[in-house]
Amino acid sequence: MDGPDIGWYLIVAALMFGIGALGVMMRRSPLIVLLSLEIMINAANLTFIAFARQQGDLGGQIFALSVMAVAAAEVAIGLGLIVAMARRRIALDVDQASALRG
Amino acid sequence: MGNFLVWVIWFLAAGGCLASGVAVVSVTNPFYSALALIGNLASLAVLYLLLAAEFLAAAQVLVYAGAVMVMFLFVVAYLGGRADAPWAGGPPLLRTAAVVAAAALLVEIVAVLGLAWGDNLQDPAEVADSFGSPAQIGELFLTDHLLAFEITSIVLLVAAIGGVVLGTTPEKELEE
Repeated sequence: MDGPDIGWYLIVAALMFGIGALGVMMRRSPLIVLLSLEIMINAANLTFIAFARQQGDLGGQIFALSVMAVAAAEVAIGLGLIVAMARRRIALDVDQASALRG
Repeated sequence: MGNFLVWVIWFLAAGGCLASGVAVVSVTNPFYSALALIGNLASLAVLYLLLAAEFLAAAQVLVYAGAVMVMFLFVVAYLGGRADAPWAGGPPLLRTAAVVAAAALLVEIVAVLGLAWGDNLQDPAEVADSFGSPAQIGELFLTDHLLAFEITSIVLLVAAIGGVVLGTTPEKELEE
């Protein structure tokens, strides 16, 4: 294969996953938490596709496509929740949305 | 020479990915954050192309950077200025713990990668030119992975209905 080995792609994926995890834990705006989740999902997808290339097996790419569909569903539901929060005049701050805390 | 070009493109795409990822997490305005994520997804599509995943690269740009992010930007525009929330509050201990947890995740993944580096992360399999083409992906989806294909369609339908249900406020609540 021309260019870098699979390991380099995996390192990029690991860095992206770390950045996404940091965003999910550090930010309070639910919109940006959702965006950071997207980064984490895409890091996982990159790993799937890198291993699909490494093994010469298209199963990884099929899995990545399914992950994309589930991520689209997740965004639809997440944005629906955020819009519902905004309509009920709940502050858009994940630290304040604690009604379900035990 | 061709090899060198691939490395250059890889570095540009990987750098773009990481830089726009950092921008998504660090920018305060969700609008710019969403725009940075579009850059992140587009550079990822370039990496997918380098990994012989042509159909996925196209789907990434069309579905993710296109459709999903347009939906996102609509919601950001609808929420307007209210969408701005500051960085994580609470005791500084929490913030430090978040950084430590993310760093621990990263170190774990990189350590595992380092351990596996020599074994099977080199010498990728030889693949045909048609590897990852729409024809091959479509054939697999309609033969070996038919169940996954059908379940995905149900998941998307349920999510669409759920999005509508969550987004509609009952009239009673609006009158109050």
